[in-house]
Order: sequence, then structure tokens, then C-alpha cells
Amino acid sequence: QNVGCRTLSLSAHVGFDSLPDQLIRKSIKHGFCFNILCIGETGIGKSALVSSLFNTDFEDSPSTHFLSSVRLRAQTFELQESNVLLKLTVVKTVGFGDQMNKADSYQPIVDYVDAQFEAYLEEELKVIRSLFSYHDTRIHVCLYFISPTGRSLKTIDLLTMRSLDSKVNIIPVIGKADSISKTELQEFKKKIMSELTSNGIRIYQFPTDDETFSEINTITNGYLPFAVVGSMEKVKIGNKMVRARQYPWGIVKVENENHCDTIKLRRMLCTNMEDLKEKTRAYYESYRRCRLEKLGCRDIGPENKPVSLQEVIEAKRLEFCLEVERKEEEIWQRFVQRVKEKAAMLEEAEQQASVLTEFEHLTLMHQEEELKLGEEKKLLEDEKAQFVEKKAVTESIQSQVSVSSPVSLKTQGLRKVS
Amino acid sequence: PHAGPVDSKNEAAMSELVPEPRQKPVVPMKPMGINTSLLGYIGIDTIIEQMRKKTMKTGFDFNIMVVGQSGLGKSTLVNTLFKSQVSRKSSGWNREEKIPKTVEIKAIGHVIEEGGVKMKLTVIDTPGFGDQINNENCWEPIEKYINEQYEKFLKEEVNIARKKRIPDTRVHCCLYFISPTGHSLRPLDLEFMKHLSKVVNIIPVIAKADTMTLEEKTEFKQRVRKELEVNGIEFYPQKEFDEDLEDKTENDKIRQESMPFAVVGSDKEYQVNGKRVLGRKTPWGIIEVENLNHCEFALLRDFVIRTHLQDLKEVTHNIHYETYRAKRLNDNGGLPPMTAETEENHESNL
Repeated sequence: QNVGCRTLSLSAHVGFDSLPDQLIRKSIKHGFCFNILCIGETGIGKSALVSSLFNTDFEDSPSTHFLSSVRLRAQTFELQESNVLLKLTVVKTVGFGDQMNKADSYQPIVDYVDAQFEAYLEEELKVIRSLFSYHDTRIHVCLYFISPTGRSLKTIDLLTMRSLDSKVNIIPVIGKADSISKTELQEFKKKIMSELTSNGIRIYQFPTDDETFSEINTITNGYLPFAVVGSMEKVKIGNKMVRARQYPWGIVKVENENHCDTIKLRRMLCTNMEDLKEKTRAYYESYRRCRLEKLGCRDIGPENKPVSLQEVIEAKRLEFCLEVERKEEEIWQRFVQRVKEKAAMLEEAEQQASVLTEFEHLTLMHQEEELKLGEEKKLLEDEKAQFVEKKAVTESIQSQVSVSSPVSLKTQGLRKVS
Repeated sequence: PHAGPVDSKNEAAMSELVPEPRQKPVVPMKPMGINTSLLGYIGIDTIIEQMRKKTMKTGFDFNIMVVGQSGLGKSTLVNTLFKSQVSRKSSGWNREEKIPKTVEIKAIGHVIEEGGVKMKLTVIDTPGFGDQINNENCWEPIEKYINEQYEKFLKEEVNIARKKRIPDTRVHCCLYFISPTGHSLRPLDLEFMKHLSKVVNIIPVIAKADTMTLEEKTEFKQRVRKELEVNGIEFYPQKEFDEDLEDKTENDKIRQESMPFAVVGSDKEYQVNGKRVLGRKTPWGIIEVENLNHCEFALLRDFVIRTHLQDLKEVTHNIHYETYRAKRLNDNGGLPPMTAETEENHESNL
């Protein structure tokens, strides 16, 4: 029962023009987050640039050249400017370009970017989820550091950028740009951009649809790739400490736009954060679509009837449940079997035990009998000893009596023995 | 897919750079020297302007539902709130005739603009509520409508190829009109609010407050608040969703003193003290709608539109919608209501 919308005019001030402010107040309370991925060879100045961009000293130890594969290191920082709190995550490649065989160098990076999408997707698909408080780790911008050779892009650059250009906003930068002269730099930039175009690599273009920014963004787009210089050290110039690199022939000031494009990069990153995040959301949507399609989900099923994702999830869930049931049954059977075996073992042991006690019992009885017999034997021997004594006495008396009367002694002797 | 081992130095880095808990600023603060070592201006704060620009470009949606027996001044109030004829009133239909036989749900959308901010406002009217002889379960069509909007949004969200901006028809705010009887809430009021406060933000409003004196008003409000509490009815702003101390203090005051707002609506203007004001003319005086001494309309308007509009939307999206979604995906494994076809397929699967 929805009637089509018509535009109404207000007769007085209502007050909902405060809506953007309400939204902003909530966003400020919630805080903002931004995730940067820096890809570049070891020693090309990734850490120095990030420190210079955000004018902070991000603690980082320089890494070795001898890692066997490319790794990524993520660090999160909280920065605050007026009332804006920014949770900045910087992910750097470690060991990029150091291996003898660089054919797979880009893979860990692609895997990392995908892993962040996957983590978000997982959260989104949960039944009980907390998207509102979820720390978004999806990469919003990728700074790709090009070596300041002055010639052209390397194969690894092309390979890596091509593998990432459909997943993340790429901004190519020339690292350690203070080693190239101004004239060489112009040529170099032109060469890079034409190589990128001819290889079909999509890089991030600053948006030109908004009138306020379209002019400045078009100009900035012309400065790509940014020739950047970063520095962790500060040099005293006049009475200020300024981020710079001090050479015998002069001082390269990081924040001087005549010396390098670092400030331009900083400005563009900050003023286009929202747009970078929005484009990241679009990349996420295509990742999600591919992933769900791979899982076998469709929006339109056979016979062109719309299939609800839930039905597919339910079918898979049933499958999964049946599988779980089956496994449970298996485990149960195994358990029952084990129990039986154990029971048999116990019984055997018991039987043996009962055999043992039988033996013990008999032994005991035997011992008892032995004792008894021993006692009886003793008794009999005592009697025998007594009898022998008696016999000796009787014989001595008999020898005396054979002189007197024979009959009475015999009866006496007989009587005594019985 | 997993990347190579990722070292996360989050804990260490954060504990180094954030020794103090984050403050909650209302006024822009001076640059903090403590938890940043940001020296010099970077430009991060331009993100605020970027956000503002973006939201002005895309505009806002707001869907407000009004529920209450007929004759309580719902349409007038909505028109007064949005200073335009968003609700077509009874002047269109004969009051004696068209009381609907069941509760109807009528959603009408308008586009209004103010200060460069475009808003698509949808007013959802519920004629027939509470007007029947037997009003048992009359909240059901309303609950059904609200859940249908959540369902619509969920279906869109779950699509493989999704729209960049999913059209939001979910009810952000439900104004419930209480009759100014001066006694207590009716069983119908309690039943409705008990059921619906679990699925939508309810803001109870005492209608036609010009029939009560100041004392009667204060007493009635107290009694209503007590009854709502006793019945476990959590109206907006709900205590459990206060995000921080600042919110809690602000909202506590509103919950315990101002709400429910006792309002009077009008779309007629009169001359008072040389000014033209919205009001109701009676033989004993002119009731000025926007005069805080006369009624609390201005409080309601400021609350709903000027301070809490965005929050109403966020609570609807982050809490009510999520609750619906979680239930839906758990219940019945997330299958849509069974049609004969799906039942067949289901059986063959098993």
C-alpha cells in the first residue's frame, strides 16, 4: 500500500537539517579506521614514508634481505586530530623483491588482501553478528613503491599490480625519489603511466565528479605516480626541526612540494578517504559475489525462479548435519567397540586374578596342613620318646625282678605300655 | 585463503600510543599531544566534511508509524511535526463512516528538503487500530507489517549481487498515542506496547493533552511511567542501549522526567503577542503548540527530529533488525515460509 512519493514543501523550520550533524557526532564517537598496504622492496623507504605522511614516528626495525618468502607485517596505531580519532593500520611487505625467484612474490599479498575480505564476509554471514563494532581490516589503499631506476617498470611490478588491481585501490609511488633529477623524473613518470595503461593495469583515480574537487583532483591525477621522499630524521633548519634528508650538497625537505610529492600524497589520501573506503566496499562486493557463487549459491535458480540464498545455505546445512550425524555414529561405534575390548580385557584379568587367589588359597591350606602335620609329628615323637624311656625303665626293673616273681612284673610292664 | 604468517603488533603499538582512555568530545578539542605524536596538521579531520558531503548527496530515509485509536489527533500531530501535509486527514473522509473493519496499514512517502538535506519521509498510518468491538490481537497486523519490512531488507541483504544502497522501509519509530483519560493505561495499550516494544522503537505520547491541567498531567505521566515499568515495557530510548555515560545521563533525564510527552497538535496559526503561532483556539484562550508552558510538543519534536533521529535509525538497524535476522536464520534453518513447491524439494532432499 505504498503510494508514490511526492515532494512536499515545508511551511516552517522542522529541524532535520541537523541530521548530518547527528550522523557525524555518532561517527566521531565510534571512531574511524583506515588501512594502508605498502608494497615495495626492502629498503625502498616504506616505513620512512608512512612516518612522514602521518608526521609520527612509527617504531620499526629495518628488516633483513634474506627472507625466503614474502611476508606481511601489520601494525595498528591510534591517531587523533581535533576530535577525530583514527585507527590506522599499516601493513608492509617484508622481503618483497629479495628472493632469487620472484614468480610467486605477489601471492602472499593477494592472499592477505583476500583474507581480510574473507574475515569480513565471515562476520557478515554469522547468525549473531556485531558488524557495528567489527574492526574493519579490509585494505582501503595500496601504495605500490616503484624503484627509482629512471627507466621503466619491472616485471614484478606489473605482475603484482595486475594481481591486485581488481581487489584494492592502487596508488603507485616512486620511492626514494630524491635520487632522480627533475627532468629525468618527468620522463620516468610518463613512461610508467604509459606502461600501466598498455598493460591494462587499473590504478586509483581521484574522483572528478564533485565540482568542488574536480579541478584539483584532475591536476593531482596528472602527478601520478607520486615521487615521494620520506624521512624518520629531522634536521634543524632555521629554528625549527623539519623532516628532511641532509646531503653534503643540500637538504631535501620532505614537506616541500618543490622537492617531492609527499605532501600531495598526504593531502590526497586524507581528502579522499571516504571515496577510497567506498571503492573498497565495491571491491568487497565483487569478492563476495565470486565467493558465494563458488559456494554454489545463485540468485536465479533453474527455470529462472529466484532462489533464496537461505535455501541454499539450508541445503548445505542439512548436508553438513547429515555428515556430522554420520561421523558421530562412526565415533560412537568405535567407542562401543573399544568398550567391548576393554571389558573383555578386564574380564580376562579378573579370571586370572581369580586363578591366582585359588592358588594362594591352596598354598595357604597346604601350609596349614603342613603345620598341623608337623605338630602331630611332634606329638608322636614325644610319645615315642616317652615310650623309649618307659621301655628303658621297665627293662631295668625287669632285670631286677627276674630274680623274684616273673608273673607280676609281666602284668606290670604290660599295663604300663598300654 | 591465508597469507603468510602475519605479525600483528597491535597490542604493543596500541599500548604505547594510547595511555589514556579516549575522551568523548561534543565540542571540537584542541589537538591532543598525549596519545598521538602528531606534530603539525595532517588533515585527517577532513573526513568529517567528506562524510557530510556524502550524506547530503545520498539523502536520508525515515519511516515513522503512528498508532492509536481514531480521533486522538495522530494525523494532525504528524503534520505539525513535519510542518506539512504529510498525513491526509479526516477532511478527506467522513469521520462517521470510514472506520475500517480491521486494522489497515497505510504507508505514504514524501520527499522533503531543508538546508540542503533531503529526506524521504514515510508515514505509516494504522487506521482501525483499537476501534473495533473486539480488539484482541489488533497489534498483529502491525507486528506483521514491521516484520515484513525486516524480511524485505534481509532478502536484499542476502542477495549475491546486492544494491549499493538497500532501500530501507523498516519502521524506525512508532509513536503510540495514549488517551488522556487521566487514570491509567488501558489493557489495549499495555498489550500493544508489550508485544511491539520487542521489535520496534516505541515512543509513547499522551494525545490531546490540552484536556488536562498541569497537576493532572504530571500525575498521569508518573502513573503511566510506573505502569510501563511494572509491565516490563522498554520504550525508546531503551536503557540497555545507552552507549556511554553521556548518553545515559541525557536519556535518563528524558526517560524519567519528560516521557511520555504530553502533546497537542495543530496546523492552524493564530496571532499571539504579535507573533504568528501554531495553536488551538478555545473560548478560554489560545493553546500554543510550541510553547513549552502549554504542552510538550516542542520536546517531542526536538527529541525525535533534532537529536535522536539518527539514533532511532541506528537502534532499528543494529538491534531490532539484527534480532529479527538472527531469529530468522535460526528458526527453521532460515527457510522462507514453506510453499508447496519448497516442501516438495525439501522432502526429496531428505
